[in-house]
Amino acid sequence: MSDPFVLGGISLTSRLFIGTGKYSRNTLIPEVVASSGSQVITVALRRVDPQSQENIMNHIPSQMTLLPNTSGARTAEEAVRIARLAKAAGLGNWVKIEVISDQKYLLPDNSETIRATEILAAEGFVVLPYMSPDLSAALRMKAAGAAAIMPLGAPIGSNRGLKTKEMLRILISEVDLPIIVDAGIGRPSEAAEAMEMGASAVLLNTAIATARDPLLMAEAFREAVSSGRKAYLAGLGPVEEAAVHSSPLTGFLN
Amino acid sequence: MKLIINGKPGEIADDCRTVADLLSLPQWNKRLVIVELNGDIVGKDNYINTALSEGDRIELVHFVGGG
Repeated sequence: MSDPFVLGGISLTSRLFIGTGKYSRNTLIPEVVASSGSQVITVALRRVDPQSQENIMNHIPSQMTLLPNTSGARTAEEAVRIARLAKAAGLGNWVKIEVISDQKYLLPDNSETIRATEILAAEGFVVLPYMSPDLSAALRMKAAGAAAIMPLGAPIGSNRGLKTKEMLRILISEVDLPIIVDAGIGRPSEAAEAMEMGASAVLLNTAIATARDPLLMAEAFREAVSSGRKAYLAGLGPVEEAAVHSSPLTGFLN
Repeated sequence: MKLIINGKPGEIADDCRTVADLLSLPQWNKRLVIVELNGDIVGKDNYINTALSEGDRIELVHFVGGG
């Protein structure tokens, strides 16, 4: 079945985006890429530590589409600065805008995110804003030039699942852009549910990186995302209050 | 020459005159580093011809793991 997801001019066969944080060792990353089948991978940008020789880029397979995030930004201006620095690396023009002012729940600041989206989309970035699921904010991000909308399912790294499910459903229904559920997904069944609901993709990091066996979990998510997508395309059967017989209602030997 | 690199004051040898010279120092070398000089990004093509001056504020950033 050919079901490409075209985003930022790239035709993706995988609808599972993954992160690179929290791995016990970075050498796991290429193996997780292989078992997850992912084609899009996030990274963050920070000052170089002269004491450390670690270089994450040595562990990211070259065929991956790099999705730098603007983590650490508290304002639109800071997000724009980080995005421009990331672009200067010469590894593409995708950016996940992440503007956070709340340090406990790490919830995104939608209004600053809208402003950053507007500036960066005008500069030609493929802008993927991480956001609190809210319809009017999502529509403003679309108007500002976002390539997709990335609402959270639950707080970053919480593995709590699709706590914002009803809002996600509304965004999927009302926003004419791909919806990528980012943050909070902890279980493959939750990724499958997001995809069954019509999300275009999911982005997750912690669920794989903190699993006892990250490679097996990456495979589980790959299958879940694929299953959920197929179920969405197949069209779920109707939900009824009472039983609707599947076998003939007549008695056995009547 | 005194510079501020990643927020910390530091001193580099006088023969270190350009961004390219700075990046060739062992602690920065062999990494994909992005350079910001006094708030402006320095493109890779300009490392050789971008001179450093006393008191410059330099940010050297790179990609790290993140979600």
